[in-house]
Amino acid sequence: MLIVPCPNCGPRNASDLRYVGEASTRPDPNATSREEWRDYLYLEDNTAGWLRETWYCRTGCRRYFSTERNTLTNTFRDELLPGRRTADGSP
Amino acid sequence: MVIIGGGVHGLACAYYLVANHGITNVAVLDKAYIGSGGSGRNTAIVRSNYLTPEGVAFYDRSLELYGSMATDLNINVMFSERGHMTLAHTDSALRTMHWRAEVNKLQGIDSSVIDPRQVKEEAPSLDVSANTRYPILGALYHPPGGIIRHDAVVWGYARCADHLGVHIHQQTEVLDILVEGGEGTDSSGTGRGGKGRGGKVTGVRTSRGDISAPIVVNCTAGWASIIADMAGVKLPIHTRPLQAAVTEPVKVFLPTVVVSGSLHVYISQTDRGELVFGAAVDPFNTYDLRGSLDFTEELAGHVLELMPGLSRMRLLRQWAGLCDMTPDYSPVMGFTPVEGFLCDVGWGTYGFKAGPVSGEQMAQAVATGQTPELISAFGLERFEADALVGEKGAAAVGH
Repeated sequence: MLIVPCPNCGPRNASDLRYVGEASTRPDPNATSREEWRDYLYLEDNTAGWLRETWYCRTGCRRYFSTERNTLTNTFRDELLPGRRTADGSP
Repeated sequence: MVIIGGGVHGLACAYYLVANHGITNVAVLDKAYIGSGGSGRNTAIVRSNYLTPEGVAFYDRSLELYGSMATDLNINVMFSERGHMTLAHTDSALRTMHWRAEVNKLQGIDSSVIDPRQVKEEAPSLDVSANTRYPILGALYHPPGGIIRHDAVVWGYARCADHLGVHIHQQTEVLDILVEGGEGTDSSGTGRGGKGRGGKVTGVRTSRGDISAPIVVNCTAGWASIIADMAGVKLPIHTRPLQAAVTEPVKVFLPTVVVSGSLHVYISQTDRGELVFGAAVDPFNTYDLRGSLDFTEELAGHVLELMPGLSRMRLLRQWAGLCDMTPDYSPVMGFTPVEGFLCDVGWGTYGFKAGPVSGEQMAQAVATGQTPELISAFGLERFEADALVGEKGAAAVGH
């Protein structure tokens, strides 16, 4: 099974967590165009390679966290709890 | 023109371009060998008892083409029209089955809800007692459904297309799609504009050289987002593996295809006697095809819930295929904002059964330049228009 590194709980089985999906920034609903909102709702990068994504530690600390995973090899790096930022400053 | 992807969709499209429209200047490219992706990894089930009227009409045409395929393509596809049973374990599932049956009947599809006693008659090995964790409350029974030999379907289309003049290039990986005049960045450096919306396809760059072509059709599965990205088109797709397994052969005892949405399992027995099991897609996005033990454990547990008599069966092997999942369990078909770039993608867990009709309709789209009526609901523009086609009759959906 895929072992997911939770920043609080350490390595855990993927079945203990819920996969939320690839990380994206929610545009301001009052300032965005219809097209941008649709893009945010539906379109995905679906990157083959390193992808920043969100997991929810369902049976452990029950926190959302962000991580990078290589979707070709399923290796992880750079786990972050909410509010922390990556080395390049992206959320 | 160029078709990317030598699976059942790409080869069917090539075949119908020649057979129905007389367009022979077609090349089919595949980075591995024909039928190496989803076309050779699915569980070979065909049916048309879907939930949305658009889905039913579409898949029924596919079933029709499968029915006459052995004659049309002169190849034994071993179509076994053995009936297809979708079990209901909860009241809500039973309600959905009734809904599906009524949608189906309205469109002339042979489909009805049967009770546990009839389920037992169709498949005596099923445990229909009330003492199980997920008791069988009934089933949606669809006699025209069945299984078909998926490799023969691929070879049949490939052979006929080849004989009619289509060029099939295996071991030819598409590295880039050449687009001019779009609003995206100009990567070619020719000053004629970039990829994306408003652009126009001029050809493809492959591992074996460039091909000049005004029309490129993306018929890939698993790699659809990556190919579309080469043209500057972003898709509403995430890729997940679906695992399947097969047992050692035993005497034929299972006369129908048995599916349980709640238990995420579908079971059929091949003519050789092996039981073929499929499951739901894995719970996270990945392009990695490695199997996992938790899949095997869960699958075995669920199969034994349904058929306790199989406890001594041994698995022969397991494998995975990549599924391009869309938000509404319907495909993305037809034209894109880039002129000359068409998509036949997003086939999730239902691509094999749709192969023939997709090929036929995409060929018509290419030949006429118009979106055919049968696939008009499945266009990429539906996400901008808020006109999703929620297909809850798809295999990956638990009720």
